[in-house]
Order: sequence, then structure tokens, then C-alpha cells
Amino acid sequence: MTLVQKTLEAGPGTILIIEDESNILEALTFILSRAGWDVRGHGKGDTALAEVARLKPDLMVLDVMLPGRSGFDILRDLRADPAMRTLPVVMLTAKGQTHDREQAEALGADAFLTKPFSNDELLRVINDISPVVMARRAVGGPG
Amino acid sequence: MTDTTRPDLTGSRIREQRLARGLKQGALAQAVGVSPSYLNLIEHNHRRIGGKLLLKLASVLKVEPSALTEGADAELSTLLDSAARAQRSAGAETDRMDELTARFPGWSALIAGQERRLQALDAQVEALRDRLAHDPALSEAMHEVLSSVAAIRSTADILVRETDLDPAWRGRFHRNLHEEAERLSTRATGLLAQFEAPEAEGGYPAESVEAMFEATGHFIAEIEAEGAAAIDAVLDRTPGMDNPAARAMGAARLSAYAADAALLPIGPFTEAAEAAGFDPVVLVGQLDVGVAPILRRMACLPVSSGVPPVGLAICDAAGAIVHRRRLPGFSVPRVVAGCPLWPLYSALARPGHAEEAEIEMPHGARFHAWAVAETHGGSGFGAPPQLRGVMLVMAARSRDRQPPLVRGGPGCETCPREDCIARRGGVAPV
Repeated sequence: MTLVQKTLEAGPGTILIIEDESNILEALTFILSRAGWDVRGHGKGDTALAEVARLKPDLMVLDVMLPGRSGFDILRDLRADPAMRTLPVVMLTAKGQTHDREQAEALGADAFLTKPFSNDELLRVINDISPVVMARRAVGGPG
Repeated sequence: MTDTTRPDLTGSRIREQRLARGLKQGALAQAVGVSPSYLNLIEHNHRRIGGKLLLKLASVLKVEPSALTEGADAELSTLLDSAARAQRSAGAETDRMDELTARFPGWSALIAGQERRLQALDAQVEALRDRLAHDPALSEAMHEVLSSVAAIRSTADILVRETDLDPAWRGRFHRNLHEEAERLSTRATGLLAQFEAPEAEGGYPAESVEAMFEATGHFIAEIEAEGAAAIDAVLDRTPGMDNPAARAMGAARLSAYAADAALLPIGPFTEAAEAAGFDPVVLVGQLDVGVAPILRRMACLPVSSGVPPVGLAICDAAGAIVHRRRLPGFSVPRVVAGCPLWPLYSALARPGHAEEAEIEMPHGARFHAWAVAETHGGSGFGAPPQLRGVMLVMAARSRDRQPPLVRGGPGCETCPREDCIARRGGVAPV
């Protein structure tokens, strides 16, 4: 079974990608849409939490460096909010910035993708985190 | 043999000695019977001097005439010793160093020059490592470059693998690829610029503050003369201080400097330090001001023939270095913690208790270090005091006391001692 098929089996659900780089956002949207996900994109850090509250996604892909507000701040607030704190989050960090990864891990990120990543790696990470998404959906988790 | 290639820096040494004693140029000129403008030419090495005038200047400045004319000798010996320790396996005859410098002054200067260059390169590598790990501007530039690479990689992957791609999507991804390649080119150029101009304005605030102190040799004449009133003027003339974060950090450091200068004025302190053989332990016994101000003041003494080169490290309660004075051969990392074996950290565990150690660095050079931790603030109930550790470092030399020997390093991130028991992430139990 291919990664795409596995991911399809786990989905579809809604993924919210918080990423200000439009070309990355478009590529990720294309790949994950083909994998069966309902993909929404958002490019601003300062309004990301409002977008989460509005869309109530099943999974969030969150970049570290964003205009307005950093991914770390968003993740910290997300984990402090009872309505959103169980939302699975995949953090986009950059190669060589190990302290970014350590900080994201401490704040409660569920998985990581290190830029530059391949599309296979993206699908593998999403596939690996799918059981968490499914379990949360099964119990009607918050957010 | 006369050295015709080495510039005569007698004037510079006269100026350093005068400033160290808090003497105005006019006052010294009057004392030795020349005009201030002539003394100014001498101090800037535009006039060579000797004979009676040199003797008069040495007398007024209370130094040996040779201290004004041969200031480089102490530095030469330190550098040769450091070079020998760094290459122990070469078996250099260190007990015959004086013979070497006397018989082969050119070769001695060459070895010392190479050692100085090696130490400068080491410091440069250290600074770049610091920047890579902790500079937010560099980190952002790196993230932008990798984001472009990620976009190109993902888009190219789609174009190659998705054979049934709709022509409209294909065209769109081709445009994206072109656009991102252009962006990558700009971002990569910007990233390289970060390395080419680390001292540029708007850089890392801690770097601007450090550059301010390095530019003056950690001796800030205006603050010595006018105290805290001169802080704004010093900041105004310093590059990079239009950045609010750098200015606030610089003001805090200068304020601490001014407090130390008021407590221990440079003229009398320099005389006391000279009389004590630049030994902090002797000075602590003579001056009733506490250990930390003496260690910090030792790192402000203007460089001259008699003052040995010194390094300084000040850390916060978490062990992160918040201020440093570089000493060739003894690397002190910026922002992150240094070597856990430094007395700086044992002092931090026992505030108020002064510590002393001889540190052998991985390349063999030995340094003498004195450290103490002191508390600031916390005057009210429930207000936590702030802890600061201070460590002074000098090249090791024979003293009456022999402090414990520590086989240390520059800090775990760059230390080559793989089997060190104190190494973070090493063999020590956690």
C-alpha cells in the first residue's frame, strides 16, 4: 500500500497549514489534497488562532517563522486553550536549527518536518500522526 | 641588530600609561617641559623620542624607561609559550626561550605572529559558531533559504512524479519554480552578507555591545573621567547603538562599568595593581571593596607593557555568558554556558565564596582564573535576587600559591575532550 493510500485510509479530514511562503503552501496543498485531505491555508501568524477556532481542523501544519507572530507563540497559546489543546500539530522547522525543534517539542508539538523536506517525508509524517487524528476524532475531541 | 620593520610604538605606550594614571595630556606635557601639541605628536608615534625626554616621561609616569620602549617583550614571551604548549609534541626547548628571542629576533617574531594569527582565527571560528547557533537575524536568513529550497524541492517533485498533471497546474508550478529560484538567489546572497558584515549596524545587540568594549580595549576614558554622566555620549558615538535593544544592553553594561569606576578610580587602582604584581588575591587583601569589583576592574586596565593581557567572563544564574573580554587562547562562548569545570561555575554554586584555579585548555595552554558570584537586587521580601558570576583569566605564570589544576576547555559545544566527565551529553550521569 502506498503512502498516499495509507493517508487516504486515515483521512479525509481537514488540515490547516499555517505557512507564509505561498509556493510551499501551494505545493503542500496540492499533495495533501491529492492524498484526500481537505486542505486550508493561512499565511499570517497573528490571526492563526482565530482561523483554528473558525475552521476546527483535524490537524495543523505550523511553520516556525511567520509574519505577526511566531509558530512557537501560536503553539503555546493553542496548548493553553482547553478548546484547542488536543489538536495534533506538525511543526515545520529548518535544518540545523536544533534549538527550534527542542523548543517546539517542549511546547507540545506532535511531529516535525525539517525544511527542506521531500513530499514522501511529508506524507510519511502525516501518515504517522493519523492514528492520533483518528483517535481524537473518534472521541469527538475538542477543537 | 636594529629592527627597521617593526613600528615604534613608544608613543602609544606613553599614552596608555598616562591614561592609566588619569593624567591629562596638558599636565604631563607641563611636567616634562614640552608643549601639549608636541606630546600629542609623540603619543601618536609621529615623533621618535629618546634620551632625557624619555627618562623624564618614565619618571613622571613611574615606570622603567624600558617599559615604554620594549613593551612587546612580555607579549612575545606569552605568545611563544602558548605556541610551544599548543604543539607539545614538537618538543620546543621552552627553557631556552630567552636565547631564542635574543639570537633570532626575526624568527621569534615570526612564530609569535603565526601564533597570534592562529588565536585570532580560533576566535573568529568561535564567533561564527556563536552566530550560527544564536543570532536571530542569521537564523531567520537561514530559515528563509531553506524555505525556498523546500518549495523548489516539493514543486519539482510534483512536476516529475505527477504525470497526469493538468496543463494549467503544470504551468502554475513551472512559474512557482522560476519565482522561487529567483527568491532563493536573493536570499542566499543575503545570507552570505550576514557572514561578510557581522559588525554591521542592526546586527545582534550583544555583538554590538561587545564590539563597543573591544574597540576601546575595555577601557572607556569618558566614563573614567565623567562617570555615568558620559554614558549617553559613549552610546551616541558607538556604531549599532541606534538599535533600541543594543542601546539598552549597552547602557546597562556601561552603568555597571561606571559604578565600578566610582568605587575604584583607575589611577589609584592601576598603581595598587602594579604594586600587587597584578595579582587579584593580593589586591583583595588590600582593598576593602569585595572580590567582584576587583576582578572586573582588572579587566579594564589599559593595555601597557606592565599590564598582562586578561580575559573576563560574566555569567547569569543559568550559567549563560552575558559579558566577556576575549583573551587569546582562552575561548569564552557568547550566550551559551562555558566549560562546567571553570571556577566561574563552582563560584556560582557558592555565592560570595571566591574560587581560584589553573585551567589547562585542550591545546595545552595554561591559564590562571579567579572567580566569585555576587547577588544583586532582591531587597524586599519575596523579591528574588539576581546572581552574577565573574571570572578573571590570565596566562598562567609562577606564583607563590599553586591553585588546583583543572583540565578544562572552551565549553562543551566546541570542546574536543570527548571523555570529559563534566561534558554535557557525555559520560556523566544525569
